[in-house]
Amino acid sequence: MGDQRIIAIAMSGGVDSSVAASLLVEQGEKVIGLMLRLWSDPNQPNRCCSPHDMTIARQVASQLDIPFYTLDAQEVFKHHVVDYFIEGYSQGITPNPCIECNRHIRWNFLYQNALALGATHLATGHYARIAFSDNHYHLLRAIDHHKDQSYVLHMMDQDRLAHAIFPLGHLSKSEVRRRARLRSLPVADRQDSQDLCFIGYLDYHHFLLEHRAPISPPGPIVDIDGNRLGTHKGLAAYTIGQRKGIGVSKPYPLYVIQKEPSRNALLVGSKEQLGRDTFMVDQIHWIDGSEPDQHIQVQVQVRYKSPEIVSEVKLIESEKVFVRLESPLPDVTPGQFAVFYNGEECLGGGVILL
Amino acid sequence: MWDGIYLDYAATTPVDQRVLEAMLPYFRETFGNPSSIHRWGQKSEAAVEQARNKIAQLMGCSASEILFTSCGSESDNFALRGVAYHALKSRGARHILIPPVEHHAVLRTAQDLAENHGFDLEYLPIDPFGSVSAEDLESRIRSDTAIVSIMYANNEIGTINPIQELAAICRAKNVPFHTDAVQAASQLSIDVKSLDVDLMSIGAHKFYGPKGVGALYVRSGVDLLSIQTGGSQEAALRAGTHNVPLIVGMAKALEITVMDREVFNQHYQHLRDQIFSFVQRHIPDVHISGHPQMRLPNHASFVFKGIDGNQLLIALDIAGIGCSSGSACKTGNPEPSDVLKAIGIEDEWALGSLRVTVGRQTTQGDIDTFLEVLPDIILKLRRTHG
Repeated sequence: MGDQRIIAIAMSGGVDSSVAASLLVEQGEKVIGLMLRLWSDPNQPNRCCSPHDMTIARQVASQLDIPFYTLDAQEVFKHHVVDYFIEGYSQGITPNPCIECNRHIRWNFLYQNALALGATHLATGHYARIAFSDNHYHLLRAIDHHKDQSYVLHMMDQDRLAHAIFPLGHLSKSEVRRRARLRSLPVADRQDSQDLCFIGYLDYHHFLLEHRAPISPPGPIVDIDGNRLGTHKGLAAYTIGQRKGIGVSKPYPLYVIQKEPSRNALLVGSKEQLGRDTFMVDQIHWIDGSEPDQHIQVQVQVRYKSPEIVSEVKLIESEKVFVRLESPLPDVTPGQFAVFYNGEECLGGGVILL
Repeated sequence: MWDGIYLDYAATTPVDQRVLEAMLPYFRETFGNPSSIHRWGQKSEAAVEQARNKIAQLMGCSASEILFTSCGSESDNFALRGVAYHALKSRGARHILIPPVEHHAVLRTAQDLAENHGFDLEYLPIDPFGSVSAEDLESRIRSDTAIVSIMYANNEIGTINPIQELAAICRAKNVPFHTDAVQAASQLSIDVKSLDVDLMSIGAHKFYGPKGVGALYVRSGVDLLSIQTGGSQEAALRAGTHNVPLIVGMAKALEITVMDREVFNQHYQHLRDQIFSFVQRHIPDVHISGHPQMRLPNHASFVFKGIDGNQLLIALDIAGIGCSSGSACKTGNPEPSDVLKAIGIEDEWALGSLRVTVGRQTTQGDIDTFLEVLPDIILKLRRTHG
C-alpha cells in the first residue's frame, strides 16, 4: 500500500523468468508473480503455459516467497497472435507472432492488468536493458549479444519503458543458469522455449492445415527465367532463404528467393540470385516517440537472429521508410520486422513490405 | 514483507490456541490406536469417546448418533450416498431432492448418484436469495423420495434456509432429511433435536478447529449403508483408524464455538453491517448477493458489474487483503459460479463476485483499511476493462 514499488514479474516456469524473479527478490523489491494462461490448440498443450509449467512457476514463486497469480489471456492471445499468424500466412507473408505477442499480450494486456492490479512496474525475463538519459528512456541490447531480445521489444514506448524492468539485461545465459542452480530453482536445467508456443508439437505448416488457414494450394516452382522446375506444397511451407526441402534439384544448391502470391509461384535460384539490398518498411514505431530526420545512417536487423547491417534509412512518409543496405541480405522477408539500431540502442522498427 | 488482513473466514479459520493445546498430547504421548486392546489403545479410545460425548451434548443428541469423518465433504458424501443406497436397496426409492445452490460436496454427489447409480435427481425451486420454501418442498416430495438435502446456510451467498420448517415437512412425510451445516456451524444453532433433522454435516476447520476432520449426525433409526469399507470403526459404517488428535480438537473447537456463539456473532454482525452499508453507499453498480438479513452474521457477498472476480481478488491480495469469490478458481479461467447462475444473476454481474467473511480475529481497523482500499481497486479495474 502507499507509495511502495510493487513489481509484477511475468513468470513462465522457465529459467529466465524464474531467475529474473529471484534477482528482484534479492534486491529487496516487493515482487508478485503473474502468469498468463495462453490459447493453445485444443488438441495440443501450449508449450509455454501447460499445467506443468504452471506447477513449476508456482513452485518457484513459493520458493521465493512471493505471491503468484494466473490471468486468463486465451481470448486476446487467440485474436492478436494466433489469428494474425494464420492470416499472415494466408496472405503469403511470413508473420512474426512473438513480436505481436509482446506488443499485444505482454506489453499491453499483461502490462495494463499488472498496473490495474496494483503493481507499479512490470518485469520480464527478456535479455535487454533500459537506460534513462536526456529525459528519455532508451532500450539497449543485452550485454550478452547472443541472447539479446531487443528485436522483439522494439515496439516498447516511453510509457512502457518507464514501468518496465529487465533484470537479466546484464547477465549472460550461462550466468543465469548458474544462478538458477545456486538457488536450487527447479528450472535450472529446463530447456529454453523455442519456436511457437501455441502450435504444441505440430510443425507450423501442419498447424495451418489443421486450422484450415486459407493458405495457397500447391503451385509452380520457377526459376528466375520463368522455367517451371516443379510443384511446391503451398507457399506457407517455405521461407525466404530456405535451402533444404525445396524438392527440386539442380547441379548447384537452390534457395527460395521470393514468394509470389499473385501467381502462387515459388521463385528459386542460386545463392548469387538470393538476397536484396533495398526494401520498404511500414508501420514503423520509434521508441523515443518522434520521427527521425529525413536521412539516417543506422544498423538494421531483419530477423530475430540475423546479423545487423549498416544501412541508410530514408523517411518516405509518416511511419514508412525506404532502407538501403550496405550489402545485400539473403533473407529479407515480407511480414518480418526490420528493427533499427544505433550502436547498442534499439531505435524502433516496422514491418518489411515486398 | 507481506502483512495482510484475512477476510476469508468462510474458507477456513485458524486453529484456536486452546484447541491446539487440547490436541497436542494425542500426537506423541497418547498415540495408541483406539481399536487396540491394550492400555495405549484404551487411552486413545477414551479420548475419542469423550470427544464424541462432548459433540453429542453440544448438538443435542446421543453419542451413538455422531460419526467421525475426515471433513465436511466426506460427511455430505456419506449422508447422501449412504442414505440413498440404503433407500434404493430397502424400498426401491430413487428420487433425490436438493436445491441447485448446494455446495459441490452435495451437488456433485447428487449428480453422480443420478448419472452413474440410477437415481432420479430433482432440483427444488429457489427464490432470488437462494432459499427454499416449505411449500415448494412439500409439493415435490414423493413416496419414492430417497433423501432430501438442503443446506443450512449457503457458503457462497450466506443465505440461511428455514431448516426447522423444512425438516418438519420431511418428518411428516417420513423422508430422510439431511442438512449441510458446514458453513453454518460456526454461527447458528446446531441443536439437532430442536431443528429435528435426520442428518447433519459439519467440518471442524470452519469453526477454528483443525482441517481434516468432520462429523456426521445420523439420527437413531435412520439407516444408511457404509461407503468406506474396511475395519469396523464407527459402528462399522466408516472404516479407518480414528484421527485421535483431530477428533479431540474438533470437540474442543465446537465447545468454544457453541459457548461463545452470541458474543462472536455480535462482533461479526457489527463489522459485516459496516461493510454492507459502506459498499452500497460508496460504490456504484453493486448488489448484495444472497438474502440481506436472513444470512450468516459474518458473511457479506456482492456482485460488481463489469468486474472480473479473479482479478478483484488478486488486486485485493496485492493490497494486503485476502477475500474470496464464488468459485475458487486459481487457474485463471473465468466462469460464473453455479450458485450465482442458479439465482438468476446475469454473467456481466456474476463474474464480478466478492465474498468478505469476518472472524474472531477481525478488528475494526481491518474493516476500515479494507473499506479504504476497495473503492479505488474497483475503479481501477473498471477503468482498465471498461
